[in-house]
Amino acid sequence: MRRLILFVPLAIFFVLGIFLYQGLQIDPTKLPSALIDKPMPKFELTSLYDEQTLLTEADLKGKPALLNVWATWCPSCKQEHAQLNKIKEEGYVIYGINYKDERGKAKEWLRRYLDPYAANVFDEKGALGLDLGVYGAPETYVLDANGVIRYKHVGVVDEKVWPQLRNLLQELAANGGGAQ
Amino acid sequence: MKRWLVTLLVLFSAQAWAVIDAYEFKDEETRARFHQLTEELRCPKCQNQNLADSNSPIATDLRGEVYRMLDEGEDDSAIVDFMVARYGEFVLYRPRVNVDTYLLWYGPFALLAIGFVVVIVMTRRKKRQQATQDTDTLNDNERQQLNSLLDQDADK
Repeated sequence: MRRLILFVPLAIFFVLGIFLYQGLQIDPTKLPSALIDKPMPKFELTSLYDEQTLLTEADLKGKPALLNVWATWCPSCKQEHAQLNKIKEEGYVIYGINYKDERGKAKEWLRRYLDPYAANVFDEKGALGLDLGVYGAPETYVLDANGVIRYKHVGVVDEKVWPQLRNLLQELAANGGGAQ
Repeated sequence: MKRWLVTLLVLFSAQAWAVIDAYEFKDEETRARFHQLTEELRCPKCQNQNLADSNSPIATDLRGEVYRMLDEGEDDSAIVDFMVARYGEFVLYRPRVNVDTYLLWYGPFALLAIGFVVVIVMTRRKKRQQATQDTDTLNDNERQQLNSLLDQDADK
């Protein structure tokens, strides 16, 4: 019995070691979104393409989709743009939020690099970004057919990230993504 | 010499790090609350800085929100709730007390209590051992033996 007590520190060491070792694998810059499984925040903003057209959260419903927060001042957004074009070619819906940007520059960007977006919300002041908890572009959300946020990816969507998002989109579509 | 000292003090004063925004406050109390809030809320982008210290655009925006809500007469808890609803519990430098954070808040006290218990148990055990040793007297035979041994020694 006495002997066993001597092993207690060793046991504590192992438990702590495993705990801390796991901590090494966690990326501290990745924040869990506070909005997972919450509906898209309400908004009423103009479309990037047309100042007269108003878009609301209802316009993002219908099909599971990606919602990509981007801006022309964001270098990583340029990096992921080709991948977004490919995703569109695969037949998935991508909505865009043009975050704290200039309309002219953003339109020019889409003309030059092609436009993968089914709709683009022009969030000049970053108000929708604030409600979404955006803290840096690019960020990509996965919405289900009812416009509920299911997942958030911070950073570039590249060929490594996309398969995960695609799985999630397919899963949502298979589950009916919520009723249409 | 004195000038050097002053320069050093200015460079390393806490206020020198803080970002300066041109906000006009209704009164001193609001200003104090603004400083308190921006010091206790964490910047989501630059994670080891609070809102007051950070130069990042998002921190500027969030300071603006804090200012706007203070100006609209919201109380501190409403402002904190607003931030938590968007950026999660992560933005709180002083975590709330709830089931997830019990270990964080009360863990140290629990460890301290365990330490006390261990110390008390150990001292008690030691005392009991001493007590048994004290009462552990020799019987008559043994005493005679001891005395004769001591006497032998005294002869030398």
